[in-house]
Amino acid sequence: MNAPHLPRREFITALGGIVLSFSLAPKILLAQTPAQLPGSLQTNRTLDAWLRINADGSVTVFTGKVEFGQGIVTALAQIAAEELDVPLARVTMISGDTGRTPNEGQTAGSQSIEQSGTALRMAGAEVRALLVDLAAVKLGVAADTLKVTDGVIHAPDGRKVGYGELAAQADLKREATAKVRPKPPAQHKIVGKSAPRRDIPAKVTGGAAFVQDMRLPGMVHGRVVRPPRYGARLDNFDEARIKAMPGVIAVVRDGNFLGVVAKREEQAINARLVLIEFSKWSGGSELPDPAKMYEQLMSLRSEDRVISEKDAPVPAGAKAIEATYHRPYQAHAAIAPSCALAEFKDGKLAVWTHSQGVFPLRATIARALGMQPRDIRCIHAEGAGCYGHNGADDVAFDAAMLARAVNGRPVRLQWMRDDEFKWEPYGPAMTMKVKGAVAGGRVVDWTYDVWSQSHNMRPGDPDGINLLGSWYLADAKQPGPARHAAQPNGAGDRNAITLYDFPRQRTTHHLIMDNPVRTSALRTLGAYANVFAIESFMDELAAAAGIDPVAFRLAHIRDERERAVIEAVARAAAWKPGEKGDGRRGRGIGYARYKTVATYTAVIAEVEVNRTTGIVKVPRIWVAADAGQIINPDGLTNQIEGGVIQSMSWTLHEHVRFDRNGILSEDWMNYPILTMADVPGVQTVLIDRPNERALGAGEAAQGPTAAAIANAFAAATGKRLRELPLTPERVKAALGSPLVGTPLNTVRYPVDAASDFGEQGR
Amino acid sequence: MAISLKINGATRSVDAEPDTPLLYVLRNDLELNSAKYGCGLTQCGACTVLVNGAARRSCVTPVGSIEGNEVTTLEGLGTLDKPHPLQQAFIDEQAAQCGYCISGMIMAAADLLNRNPQPREADVRAALADNLCRCGTHNRIIRAVLRAAQNKGGN
Repeated sequence: MNAPHLPRREFITALGGIVLSFSLAPKILLAQTPAQLPGSLQTNRTLDAWLRINADGSVTVFTGKVEFGQGIVTALAQIAAEELDVPLARVTMISGDTGRTPNEGQTAGSQSIEQSGTALRMAGAEVRALLVDLAAVKLGVAADTLKVTDGVIHAPDGRKVGYGELAAQADLKREATAKVRPKPPAQHKIVGKSAPRRDIPAKVTGGAAFVQDMRLPGMVHGRVVRPPRYGARLDNFDEARIKAMPGVIAVVRDGNFLGVVAKREEQAINARLVLIEFSKWSGGSELPDPAKMYEQLMSLRSEDRVISEKDAPVPAGAKAIEATYHRPYQAHAAIAPSCALAEFKDGKLAVWTHSQGVFPLRATIARALGMQPRDIRCIHAEGAGCYGHNGADDVAFDAAMLARAVNGRPVRLQWMRDDEFKWEPYGPAMTMKVKGAVAGGRVVDWTYDVWSQSHNMRPGDPDGINLLGSWYLADAKQPGPARHAAQPNGAGDRNAITLYDFPRQRTTHHLIMDNPVRTSALRTLGAYANVFAIESFMDELAAAAGIDPVAFRLAHIRDERERAVIEAVARAAAWKPGEKGDGRRGRGIGYARYKTVATYTAVIAEVEVNRTTGIVKVPRIWVAADAGQIINPDGLTNQIEGGVIQSMSWTLHEHVRFDRNGILSEDWMNYPILTMADVPGVQTVLIDRPNERALGAGEAAQGPTAAAIANAFAAATGKRLRELPLTPERVKAALGSPLVGTPLNTVRYPVDAASDFGEQGR
Repeated sequence: MAISLKINGATRSVDAEPDTPLLYVLRNDLELNSAKYGCGLTQCGACTVLVNGAARRSCVTPVGSIEGNEVTTLEGLGTLDKPHPLQQAFIDEQAAQCGYCISGMIMAAADLLNRNPQPREADVRAALADNLCRCGTHNRIIRAVLRAAQNKGGN
């Protein structure tokens, strides 16, 4: 049974509890409260944590944020170069290394520009001022008479001194003051321009660009064998047979953790296959019944919170409607299976990883292996795009386990395709229930409930060890508990609170505390599903009120920037008020401000529905985005368009297939995604606001895109689909068309039925 | 056993079992980074190379089966200093997000341009339909291939 809704008074008491728990924070912090510094300067307070000036006049920038294809390292270099007045080419970036860089936690939530970018902007301005002061002394002139160009400080009389000459005197081992004002945007020469990405040349010429491309001297290759089901026990395996295989160096077993190390990569892969064949497993947990999944999930233990409430009377005669929406488990499905290198030598461990958070990973590996964090170094190297918490951290732990077993020899471990698909933590299945009422063309009542498992089971949890392999050790570790996250970020309730100006509304987050299917952070967390539901229901209310969907939204908006982005997309798409679909084609809109405080995004999608096959295509799509001050227009466009297309894939195609015995999605055949043939051109409008704060944008377009497509489908056909994805099966069921052939999206590929759970399937 | 291969115009000898997938020989024995492991099942295209000018999935190509054939990887198309028109076009279009699929995309595009030097957009979409991109960079990739075809034609 779920916990009952918290009545308002209890809600306030609960909130009081939170305040109280904060006030019990360690006393030492309270005793010497340091000045509040902006961005990540608050937690990494010295200037030299961020910037070093080298004797040759170049600059080394340190950031705790890491690249995974979003272009962040280029954007951060632009910010630092801008404030320091040095050419971009003279900036070297060091990112995500527990031995060298600031600790900025996870690179997640579209927060890098706001956290790391702000720190670098302020530190850059301060270091520049410091260098100018040193030059003033050296040249014997007033600092305010000096000008800086390309890292050289010029006096009015023509004398000059380069940053490099001042490097030795510049003491950056001091706490930042954040008192030096950064440049006004009007003076920007590097920020706001489309600087080419620093990582692309190597990626198009075969340079060593990824962790997968690293080769260490004496390196050997590892692979792991996972159980046939979550939580299964390893009864026995044929160790002698594996050890006799060519190239095999070690078979590593610790409880139910099983892996192999071999001289060559293909030897490790072959040994894994034979290990799978000759290992016996038993037990393990049953998965939900996919046919009744949402009901089963909603019946699990949940911790419920009213996260927003506003009261006003409902006028008599208001027209009330309600609807329920669903989003299935969806996979990160990175193009590269996760990979890591690890080396264990003299009691110290080094791990090269594409984790989004090298510091939390280090702390968690230390706890899992009973080591001191100081004896572990985690160094970021790029992987494929991850889109959230995929297998990156888990494979790092697996590699560490194997490296420890072959002390002194570095181990490279890349998961196989099925390891990634079957064991990564998915984006959770979610249910959204909305009730609303309209009167006089306005929404007068709104009740929103969202049910979801945890969206944050990353390493770094103080009360658990969120590393897959550790749960299977003889000394088995436990994952941390599901937790609520505070608004406005939220988690399953990210973007659950309506942005519209409704006089009466109530939003409740039902956090499911159990984990029948492994889940964690997938790009946008709950925002994708919440925006899909809220924006679908806005169209349903607009229809109930008999008002054009664009006009209906604008009527419930107060913020000028919200209005501007919706009007911009309507203009770009030449939206006609009251436009109607023709049974086959139609258009729809979706809007949100990501996390309530980040980028504003509005999308209009056109769909084309094949009523016979049930296939939905999106031939055209328009997006308008306001991310505040734009650091790199081309980079922002790339992120926004990528978000639109990835969301189109989620919305039309993606759901993790499973039955009660295990996950069935193990490759691209049974987890199909959008392909080149079906990707439309994306028309993108960016609204630049150079005097506003730069806002996170990497996750802004996904929710609005899903809603725009669903609304376009409803406009085209007059039928509404409330369960994602919009598969041919569901389309045909909605349209009442006869079933013709086997729908492409719902093919059940032959899988090993594993009728005997004691045997690992192929 | 020793196997002799023609890779990017040079003859190289490697010591591997003949059934070893070409992908691992390229990556581990010849230390060529470009071909990537994505699925090992021919589904994603990240491992695509050219064998005698035609696209081939190196993840399932036994190295012993291609003795005497010309293998071209992304490294063999061009270098940072002397990029191939496709490589230059991908830089010009900034046609990557994470970039893990890009080597396979460029090799599949090279195969297309070998067969059809002036493809239309639909040809490019069809030729790359079996190469998966997860970041949503598809449109830039298509633009880059069309740009390369244009530049090549102009040379």
